[in-house]
Amino acid sequence: MNDLTMAQRALGADIAVRSAPYFPRKKKAITGRSVAVIVFLSICALFFCIPLYVVVVTSFKTMDQIREGTMFALPNIWTLEAWDHAWNSACSGTRCEGLKVGFWNSVFILVPSLILSIGLSIVTGYALALWNVKWAGPFLFILFICAFVPFQIIMFPLISMTATLKVYGSIWGVAIIHAVLAMPVLTLIFRNYYKDIPQEIMSAAVMDSGSFWKIFFEIVLPMSGNILIVVLILQITSIWNDYLIGVTFGGMGAQPMTVNLANLITISTGTVRYNDNMAAALLTAIPPLVIYFFVGKLFVQGITAGAIKG
Amino acid sequence: MPRVSFEHITKNYGLMKVLDDLNLSIDDGDFLVLLGPSGCGKTTLLNLLAGLLDVTDGRIMIGERDVTDLDPKDRGLAMVFQSYALYPTKTVHGNLKFGLSASKLPRDEIEQRITWAAKLLQIEPLLHRKPGQLSGGQRQRVAIGRALVKNVGVFLFDEPLSNLDAKLRTEMRLEIKKLHDQLKSTIVYVTHDQIEAMTMATKIAVMNGGVIQQFGTPDEIYERPANLFVAGFIGSPAMNLRKARLSLAGAKVEAVFGSGVRFDVSDYPFITPPQEGAEVIAGLRPEHFVLTANGPFAATFTVPVQYAERTGPDASAYFTFENDLLALRVEPDAAAKLTPGQSMTVSYLKGKANLFDARTGQRM
Repeated sequence: MNDLTMAQRALGADIAVRSAPYFPRKKKAITGRSVAVIVFLSICALFFCIPLYVVVVTSFKTMDQIREGTMFALPNIWTLEAWDHAWNSACSGTRCEGLKVGFWNSVFILVPSLILSIGLSIVTGYALALWNVKWAGPFLFILFICAFVPFQIIMFPLISMTATLKVYGSIWGVAIIHAVLAMPVLTLIFRNYYKDIPQEIMSAAVMDSGSFWKIFFEIVLPMSGNILIVVLILQITSIWNDYLIGVTFGGMGAQPMTVNLANLITISTGTVRYNDNMAAALLTAIPPLVIYFFVGKLFVQGITAGAIKG
Repeated sequence: MPRVSFEHITKNYGLMKVLDDLNLSIDDGDFLVLLGPSGCGKTTLLNLLAGLLDVTDGRIMIGERDVTDLDPKDRGLAMVFQSYALYPTKTVHGNLKFGLSASKLPRDEIEQRITWAAKLLQIEPLLHRKPGQLSGGQRQRVAIGRALVKNVGVFLFDEPLSNLDAKLRTEMRLEIKKLHDQLKSTIVYVTHDQIEAMTMATKIAVMNGGVIQQFGTPDEIYERPANLFVAGFIGSPAMNLRKARLSLAGAKVEAVFGSGVRFDVSDYPFITPPQEGAEVIAGLRPEHFVLTANGPFAATFTVPVQYAERTGPDASAYFTFENDLLALRVEPDAAAKLTPGQSMTVSYLKGKANLFDARTGQRM
């Protein structure tokens, strides 16, 4: 029995009626080269998995067990004590309110900066790609340059600007800086995406309605599902994982979760509470993962719905 | 239902002049076809009328209104695009409705128009589908429907049938013609397909290189092409164009070919008086040849067969004449009997030849 019939059995015989040609991959014998590749890939995987394993098991251990020094052992008693402590009452500096303060700060930073950055750049990208904008070429070039200016270079001017605007040290300050810094790249992404909308659809829309906003909301925005998901994932990850902007512009009152985590771990008195630290690190890492799983599903739906192809 | 006129239209793309001082005017209810090869400026002209491009110089009038500087939506036009340009995320109903979004009509009026257009184009069962779920012909109907609901006086079509297969194209051609008869609207239609032009148009403007070569009814264009370009462009197989010299003897005017064949063109309606020895190019339509020698013909001569093509109801035969191919329309039965190399006697009907000045390319 050859590979093809095996595959047909496995997938139910309906594959035979598929109109697209079906090319089975040849089964290769295991050679020295493929063994080397497998070993290399396994080492790479372990490189990431072992620390993760240690972090996870440690977060469920009691301090008593950690002191024994058996790093790789499973917890004797599984306990959520460390997670509870990290979330509710771990101390960063003088405040002992746990990570939840930082978590909510991060959420309050994330939402407005997502709305601001995507809202601004989607409209700019739409205008640049589909309408006749004067000086669109030079403007795009400037955006392109801006996208590559390192944040550190403009950090000080930005601090004094936010101070003048009286948003320094507030959640809004951090959110606005995130939005502004993401603008150039996002605008370019949206602009390039919209460039692929057929010219005739735009011509038809201009003849039918002629209204910039009506065409945007009724025609262009519904066609943007896929790129919005991509940009959302990009933005949520980068804003949530950001440390530098948060620590620079957050002041004392608006520290995002990453800054909170760093303080919690670096500023400690007495013994290092490894289980608390591990739990806190995991707590900070979980939200983007959740978003990935949630939005990733939508992403697949967006593709299969064929939202773009007319 | 307004007339449309272009007055001294010039259009530049950067330094390139696409249209130069173009004038064209069509009457209310006309079906104008802009016909020409790719890059002749016909789509540019249509887009200028639609307002999708700005004119560099000149004026466009629709009815009594100067629309040169108006926004596309305010010009009172509806356009059907080559790629249909349906909004992919909207249903058919949504597509038709968006066509009316610029006009501030009451809800029930909008619904009424959509129902009317859907009925006229027989797309009622499709109203709740998305464009992606429609076939090419259905999409084309929807695109036409989106133009119809606007209830305007002038419709623009930009090669609307070129994405359809041959059978569907014939069907849609008839339907567009029928729509025009029903609605009595003015239509400007761009195509490079001369069959579409000949079958649908009441007026054809043949364009080449940004210049209107000839403007007239389909019959005028076909029977009396104004110059060599129009003569060669219209007709399939194309008109046979051959160099000849005029020879005058009393009232008799003859066109003498290099091989010595003499065509009697005494009855040709010369615009300019014929000169002895003048170099001309004779345009001979393939269907004006017959395979007999008896009768009052302009010329009768013998040529060898190259090959014959049969297309079912029709057939073309190709002969060698003056070191070049001479195309003839023949009866399919007769074409079947022709064998390559065989010599045949062919004659040309009287009063059917076209003569062009060899230097200027203009009709004589």
